[in-house]
Amino acid sequence: MKRVLFAISLFLTAFSSQAAIEILITEGLDSAQPIGIVPFEYKGTAQMPQNIAEIISADLMRSGKFNAIKPQDMPQHPVSSAEVDFSAWAERNIDTIVIGQVKDVRPGLFIAQYQIIDIVRGQVTGGSPQTMSNGKLVESKAHILFESRPLQFDMSDFRRVGHAMSDRIFEQLTGIKGAFQTKIAYVLVADSGTRPYKLVIADYDGFNEQEIVRSKEPLMSPSWSPDATKLAYVTFENRQAQVFIHDLYSGSREMIASFPGINGAPSWSPDGSKMALVLSKDGNPEIYIMDMLTRKLTRLTNNRTIDTEPSWSPDGERLVFSSERGGRAQLYEININSGKVNRLTFTGEMNLGGSYTPDGKSLIMVNRTRGNYHIAKQDLRTGALQVLTKTHLDESPSFSPNGNMIIYSTLHGQNQVLALVSVDGRFKARLPAGEGQVKSPAWSPYM
Amino acid sequence: MQANQLLKYLVVVLPMLTAACSTTTGDEDTAGMTNSDSAQTGSMNNEDSVEVMTLEKKRQMEIEAQERKQAALRETNMIFFDFDGSQIQAKYFEVLEAHAAYLRSNPSAKVLIEGHADERGTPEYNIALGERRAKSVAKYLQNLGVMSAQISTVSYGEEKALDRSRTESAFAKNRRAVLVY
Repeated sequence: MKRVLFAISLFLTAFSSQAAIEILITEGLDSAQPIGIVPFEYKGTAQMPQNIAEIISADLMRSGKFNAIKPQDMPQHPVSSAEVDFSAWAERNIDTIVIGQVKDVRPGLFIAQYQIIDIVRGQVTGGSPQTMSNGKLVESKAHILFESRPLQFDMSDFRRVGHAMSDRIFEQLTGIKGAFQTKIAYVLVADSGTRPYKLVIADYDGFNEQEIVRSKEPLMSPSWSPDATKLAYVTFENRQAQVFIHDLYSGSREMIASFPGINGAPSWSPDGSKMALVLSKDGNPEIYIMDMLTRKLTRLTNNRTIDTEPSWSPDGERLVFSSERGGRAQLYEININSGKVNRLTFTGEMNLGGSYTPDGKSLIMVNRTRGNYHIAKQDLRTGALQVLTKTHLDESPSFSPNGNMIIYSTLHGQNQVLALVSVDGRFKARLPAGEGQVKSPAWSPYM
Repeated sequence: MQANQLLKYLVVVLPMLTAACSTTTGDEDTAGMTNSDSAQTGSMNNEDSVEVMTLEKKRQMEIEAQERKQAALRETNMIFFDFDGSQIQAKYFEVLEAHAAYLRSNPSAKVLIEGHADERGTPEYNIALGERRAKSVAKYLQNLGVMSAQISTVSYGEEKALDRSRTESAFAKNRRAVLVY
């Protein structure tokens, strides 16, 4: 297999603290579909605050499905569909381009509009706005796959608007709902400072980092509520493990589990009515379910070894979890109503941290083979296991809500960083590393 | 005969004793003298019974040495584990005995045992592994007679690595239990 190593740096001028961000696509660009996101036309007094075309290009590249070509490699920079030279793009095997227009209404307020252009179709019709139909000259916009309405937005919304456009473009071209307006929660451990442990929320691409909690003691295992308004996580701020629920909008925090021993691995059920978690109050780490209304606990597992890392099936009927009941840790599934347990994994020395894909057909896990920890996918029907990553000490895989991409933590040099891998394993990228160790990423549901 | 001898003895000794009594009831200066005299007598007594005191001292020294050794052993408050293991290695038996001895003789003392793991494996699995290590140490101390009420445990999993260099030796340093008083 031909492996391509690309390091593409897109320098985005941003008003946030991050002046520059790099997207390090490490593998898989060769199988992606080329696309041209043409720099948007700008009519305004000052400079365009952010380059929307770059935001969209970066999003589409990170999806693993598109290879957005650089502006300098484009045959032209058309700003309206009438200006498009279809054959020039077709010669470069670019089937689709996006063009757009931004203008400022008044300082700080903008209007943007964009069009998705089908180059192949345009070549057929000649891209002429008028074609003969039944002997009459009619308006033809068949080559315009999609034309947005004018969108009005503030200065601070440039990135959000760019991500919204990416969502629409992605869905138009792939049939898959875009997840570019989602967020990730993760733990950031600074190398120094009095409160080095931080729980952070950022846009899925790492922009707009926002600290939620800063602590002297470890923070772990963030889990999103299905409505994406709350996080459950583990905190050691009171010198023992406790599970807290944190409302991201009000900032209010509530302790829901503080038993002797482990209080860990919280996982919200898909309907939000229950929380699976791990408690060792009765001796060994066991899986429990807490009813979120009554706070009543139901114990699901009962054996002398480690049971941990529960994660819900999309239908909310089952949990996958890690257990040492058969020797080394492997993944098992428990039906929460019948209590029936099945072993799911048999390949590799150990399998940990399992979760179901959003379609419920596969499992994603951390697989240990010959001492190496990688993210792997197992087809639940055939049992076939595919190792998706080749990096070091890969852990904490978390799905994008459309099931297209997995974010996970990995070792890069001496630092724990976040990385992306597409669910087919073809596309791999690394998120920009800041200071400290980045771990336990959790991808939000659709916001 | 014997009674006569005893009588003679008493005749000699009694006046001496009364004389001594009279001196102690004398003026303050004399009393001061007597006090210093009796102090001297005391130290002379020490020298007289020198062998007994030496034994005491020797035992004392032995105890102190033992305590120093145990205190030194207790300064080792970390014990390390094999990869994925929670068995206590024989080289730590002496260290844990020293901690147990201290806790036995100080029933009000409490110890917190932290369990830690290296960074391999998932964070929550490592929490479980760290707890197993902490509990393994707790059980060992209890078997040596330490009351369970004196012991508490907490697992930090891989969250508080001692060495973040991710080499084999760093991993080995991170797989530990720490006794905190």
